[in-house]
Amino acid sequence: MITHPKAEELVAAVARWIDEIRPGLDPRNAFLARVAANALATVGRELASGQATERAAVARMAEILGHDGSYEDLTAEFCARLRSGELSAETPGLLSALKANVIDQLAIDQPNYRHQA
Amino acid sequence: MSLDVRAALPRLAQRLAGPDATLAAAERLSGGASMETWAFSVETPGARQDFVLRRRSAPFDPENSRSTSLAAEAALIRTVRDAGAPAPRLIHLCDVDDGLGEAHVTARVFGETLGRRIVSDRRFETVRPQLARQCGEILATIHATPAPGDAQLKTADFLVELGRYEEAYRSLGAERPVLELAFQHLKQNAPQPVEPVLLHGDFRNGNLIIDPEIGVAAVLDWELSHIGDPAEDLSWICVNSWRFGRPDKPVGGFGDYSELLAGYEAAGGGRVSLKRLRTWQALGSLKWGVMCLMMFQSWAGGTEASVERPMIGRRVSETEIDLVNLLEEGL
Repeated sequence: MITHPKAEELVAAVARWIDEIRPGLDPRNAFLARVAANALATVGRELASGQATERAAVARMAEILGHDGSYEDLTAEFCARLRSGELSAETPGLLSALKANVIDQLAIDQPNYRHQA
Repeated sequence: MSLDVRAALPRLAQRLAGPDATLAAAERLSGGASMETWAFSVETPGARQDFVLRRRSAPFDPENSRSTSLAAEAALIRTVRDAGAPAPRLIHLCDVDDGLGEAHVTARVFGETLGRRIVSDRRFETVRPQLARQCGEILATIHATPAPGDAQLKTADFLVELGRYEEAYRSLGAERPVLELAFQHLKQNAPQPVEPVLLHGDFRNGNLIIDPEIGVAAVLDWELSHIGDPAEDLSWICVNSWRFGRPDKPVGGFGDYSELLAGYEAAGGGRVSLKRLRTWQALGSLKWGVMCLMMFQSWAGGTEASVERPMIGRRVSETEIDLVNLLEEGL
């Protein structure tokens, strides 16, 4: 991919522009502009760490399921085996694997979300 | 259903306060995608009154919607207020002459509704320690109120709620292991049903108006009211998504479980165990996760165009971490 500019730089530029015009907007549009800026920040984080997050999730699911596969295939199998009862909260390592996956995803979606008392 | 609310308000002002009345101010309050809320003021010689207009801004399907009609919400507000719960005073149920569609008008209650300010702003430091107990007391009052017959409220217990959201989840085609785990785990650990009561249905920080002096001044948004398990209402305000950065304060980000449950019991609401509450709280997180997926879907399917909708889809992971935390703690 080209570097002048990188995709994440384009995203950052648009996000900054939205922040600049926000103060002049009516309350409803100011709210939506904040959402839009947040969406771009999320895209920026996914561009930066999405691949590593997916690789780590694949490794954790593969460990529980006992074989490799794509993110989509392993996720689908994981869900199917949870639904059938073959996997559950009692399965050794399952909760901590899911927790690690979710924490990585949360770092992209909402890095400021506080969940530990 | 685009309609010029500003243009219709002067006529409504005269209907509410007489031929001399003029519209003094009107602003749309932010938030709410299927429902619009407007604050407006009406002046008559020597007096000014402040109102809130709530109107439906998206098509409504009473059979399949979880929401009540605004006429039913109006009946509810009147009934629970008479029973002593702090619902805003109902002023007017709109009809065709108002040209506002399905809508009602209540007296405006001033105070703070933004959750983050309620949990962190210094103005609420004094009253904050009382809020969880007040919430328990208010819920006891609501739950003791006979449901108004004309509101035609639906009934749902734990497994009915769980089943409804599982069906919605399946129809979306999303593959989310934590949500799947939660569905199966909660199905096997469902609390025993109890005698159902009138519920608010959306009792959380964000739907409360907080006054720095008196605490909870009003409870808003009664459209999800239904008949069900008291623990459903008690738990919804404890879902971490409405703690606004204060996970250490389980009740709305401002109080403790024990204060909520003590207020509930002292006001005659009966005893509800923490285990029962937290099982419902997990269902609450799961429901919110599915709702986030549904809101994304409403955008993906073209029903809604707002940028807010797809972005809410990225809130599913917050419900997943909350569910994992609850499961790790054995609920």
